[in-house]
Order: sequence, then structure tokens, then C-alpha cells
Amino acid sequence: MKTTALNIRTPEGVVFSQPLAGPVIRGFACFIDQLCVQTVLTVLGTAIMLLQLISLNIGIALYILGYFIVSIGYGILFEWGWRGQTIGKRLFRLRVVDVAGMRLQFNQIVVRNLLRFVDALPVFYFVGGVTCWLNSKCQRLGDLAANTVVIRHPRLAEPDLDQLLAGKFNSLREHPHLAARLRQNIAPTEAAVVLQSLLRRDEFDPAARVELFEVLAAHVRAKVEFPAEATDGVADEQYLRNVVDVIYRAKS
Amino acid sequence: MIIDLQKFIAHGRPHWAELERLLNRLESEPNERLSLAQARRFHHLYERAGADLARITTFSSEPETRRFLENLVARAYGEIHETREKRRRVFPLQWFFQTWPQAFRRHIHAFYLSLAVTLAGCAFGGFAIAFDPGSKPVLMPFPQLMQDPAKRVAEEEKATSDRLDGHKTSFSAQLMTHNTKVSIFTMALGMTWGVGTCIMLFYNGVILGAVSVDYIRAGETKFLLGWLMPHGVVEIPAVLIAGQAGLILAFALIGRGRRVSLRTRLREISSDLTTLIFGVGLMLIWAGFIEAFLSQYDEPVIPYSGKIAFGCVELILLCVFLAKSGRNKNPGA
Repeated sequence: MKTTALNIRTPEGVVFSQPLAGPVIRGFACFIDQLCVQTVLTVLGTAIMLLQLISLNIGIALYILGYFIVSIGYGILFEWGWRGQTIGKRLFRLRVVDVAGMRLQFNQIVVRNLLRFVDALPVFYFVGGVTCWLNSKCQRLGDLAANTVVIRHPRLAEPDLDQLLAGKFNSLREHPHLAARLRQNIAPTEAAVVLQSLLRRDEFDPAARVELFEVLAAHVRAKVEFPAEATDGVADEQYLRNVVDVIYRAKS
Repeated sequence: MIIDLQKFIAHGRPHWAELERLLNRLESEPNERLSLAQARRFHHLYERAGADLARITTFSSEPETRRFLENLVARAYGEIHETREKRRRVFPLQWFFQTWPQAFRRHIHAFYLSLAVTLAGCAFGGFAIAFDPGSKPVLMPFPQLMQDPAKRVAEEEKATSDRLDGHKTSFSAQLMTHNTKVSIFTMALGMTWGVGTCIMLFYNGVILGAVSVDYIRAGETKFLLGWLMPHGVVEIPAVLIAGQAGLILAFALIGRGRRVSLRTRLREISSDLTTLIFGVGLMLIWAGFIEAFLSQYDEPVIPYSGKIAFGCVELILLCVFLAKSGRNKNPGA
């Protein structure tokens, strides 16, 4: 079964998960890396052209060796030096990690990079891309052989809550014990859905928006029941704003 | 459990920061060794961060903190639970004289299979060219091999100028990189459950067998040996070892007769694969150098007997090196 996250349960019983990178974003990172390799080779070629003024033979030999070393060594060198990242991966916030959460070893980096020879077949990483698409952990052949996966480090943007909540009176804050229980009972994904629905309110048709907020408010109300004086006369949208305020601004 | 989030974060942050500092130090200093007290502290901090992660996972409002803790716990988990030896420093001589030949011998059966497939290819190529000389363009489609062997030998022995003059270094570099790429490809094709590796080895054998029989039939055995041996006794074993690496990968994938997971099997061979392919690279650098600077010269410039003797010495040294180097002299000790 296809998974979107690498879940690891430690012997201590702690579970941590890291989101897996799909073939498309990996393809973009790979494209950037190829650009970097080409840039280095162009610079190398220019430098060697100057050397060719002294000896054409040695100049060509150095270019052939340089081309080989840069094209094969680029991934190995960067992933080893930057703990699983190349320039492309860093740009797209990706990282190569061990599939079992262990320390990434040099051997693993070498194996996954050398197996690009097969993953790149017949053109444009077709074999690697298809394998990545079909594999449950989005691994290409090199990743399978080296026991590695590529994970994402998404940048979590802080929502602009001040603009969203606008300092209005929040009746839910009159009941701090229930607010604390709501923070505990609501799942992170549920809270994120509520927050996103408010942030994107203007993208919905008015009727759809009313319907969506009604469904969400009913769902959240079922988590913790606040006294009638805290919720009576409060529209669904305002109720959800109060909920977001309670969850995301616990101390204010 | 209801907790005061701000208090929880304020209280936990110094410990998380301490763990992060320790992890940064361990990751940037591979030679770092923790004292017993430091190791205990490290373990305590890891367990504490794990417990904090378990608590904050139930909270919706701190995705950044949760992500930060997940990352911290993941890194610490990797450091604490890793059982493979941490590579502290690279010792090139130790690697060359011990690690590499030991890795080769550890998987000698894969090498024998690689050799057998190549020999089968040699036999096929040899028989094909002997019974159907017209198949030459199909079996070895390379311009320099299409020529009649006797004619080529006569031309090369009569040549008064060095045809590689001014190109030897670049020719050598070309040979090294091309052969290394083919070898890496042969190893990587192990991921096809060894089918691709076997095809590469067999095809290599077909060309070798066909060329050999073609020259032997033309009565140019001495030229053939003088031409092939100086570099071939290193280059051919290098390709065989690349095939060995590919077959090791294939055996790990198939896992016949082994009751361990695929992940464990692949983890076990990862180090040996790297060692073997780096060894192959070294062999091909040597072979490329010899092919460009020695193999291309024929009599009267260099006598064939000298080139053959050089090839024999290389072969003996290679066999002794791979068979004996790095052996424990006192296995019982």
C-alpha cells in the first residue's frame, strides 16, 4: 500500500513520522542537480581550455576525467557532506535518510548513486520514476538497494492569526478548562482543516462556505460541549474563529 | 492529559537545545567518543525528547514544535540504535591490503559464477567465429576488430610512426572512464535479479572468445597475447569483479535459503558492494594506463615476449593479492 510518510516506532514506544517525497518533486530536484553538474562542467571546460594552450592532450584527458568524476561524484559528495542533501534536494527541502531511521552511511550513499545507471534507463530516469511511483515508500531502485528513502522537510508557515481573529471577544475563553480539553481532543489534522477553511474563506462560493462552516462547526462541537451562554447566538463561522483562537493562541 | 503548553515548551526547550548541540557535535565530529557520563546524559535527553514528542503529538497548536521534536528524536534514534560500526577515519592502505581482498574472498562463489558466465560467453563466441567466420560483424562490431588479423599485425609491425603520439594521455583517460562506467553498469544491473549482469558478462565473454579465436586461427596467437595480456589480465578480472558485485546484489534480492528480511540482506552487502566497486575502479585506472602506454606498442618497439612476461607477472601478483592479502595469519588467536 502506498504511504505518504515514513513512520518509525522506537523501542521506547515513541512514534515519529517524516513525509516522503514523491517522484515529481524528486524529479525537479534532480533537474536542478543536473543543471548544477552542467554548470560545473562548463566552468571546468573553460578552465581546461586554458590548459589546452599548454598541452591539448593533457587538457582533453583532464576534461574526460573531470566529467566522469563530477557526473558520478556530485551526488555522493554532496549527500555525504550535507547529510543526505544535494543542492537540488536542499532547494526543495528534501533529504535522503535511512529507511529504518538509522544513521545514513557512506556505503548507502555510494550504492544509491551508482545505481542511477539503471534508474536513468532508458531516458530521463524512466525506470527510477516508474519504480518510485509503484513503490510504497517512493523508492527508486537505488534507494531499494541502499535501504534509503527521500523525505520532505516542509516549511510550516505561521498563519496570520492576528488578521484572521481581529481581536474580537471570544466567549470560549470564559471556560478555560473546556478550552484546554478542546485543545487536547481535537486532532492536529482537524485543527489544520478548520484553520485552512477560515484562511481560504474568500475562495468559496457563499452557499458552499455556509455549508462547510456548518459541517465543521458541528464536528468541533461534538468534541467538547461548551455551555449554552458561550455558544448561543454565535454564528458557525465565528464559532470556528473562536475555536482557532483557543487552539492556536493558547496563552493570549 | 491536559498540560500547559507554554510551560511545557519553556521547560523542555533547554533540554532539546542540549540534545541538538550534542547531536550536531556527534554528526560533525565522526571521531568523537562520548564518555560513560556523556553517553548516559545523551540517552536521558533522547528519552526525554521522545516522551515530550509523545505528549505534544496530541496537541494541534504546535506543529512547528512537533516537527522540531520529530526531527530531533529521529536524529537521536539513528545515533543511539545504529549498530553498524561508525566509520571513524579512512585508512587507504588498510582498505587496499585488507578490506578489499577480504570482501572479494567473502563472496568468492559470486566471482566463480561471474567467471563461469564469462567463460560460457567465450566458448560461444569462439565456436561461433570458428564455425561461421561471416558472423564477425555481428559478434564484434568494432572497426579495429573487423580487419583481417594477419593484415592488421603486418601493418602494425611495419608502422614507423607512433599512431597514438600526442593522444596517449587522453586515450588512457577515455579507456579508464569508459570501462569504469561499463563496470558500474554491470554491477547496477544486479537489480534485475542478476539477469542484466549475466547478459553483460556473457556478451563480454562472447567478444573476448570471438577475438581470441579469430587471431588464433590466423596464426597470430603471440600478437594476441602480447596485445591483450598487459592490460587484459587486470581489465578482465575487474569486469569479473564488477559482475561479482552485481551477482551479490542479485543474491541479496533473491535471498534464497535465508530467513532474514530483504532490508537486512541488502544492509549486509552494502559495504562489500562499495568496496568491490572502488577496487574495480582502481584496477581499471591501472588497466587504462597500461593499455594506452604499453599494449598499443608491438614488435619491434617492444618484444611480444616482454609484454607477455609483464602480463604474466601482473596476473600472478593479482591472484596472490586477491587470494592472500589481508588473511589472518593466526585464525585461532
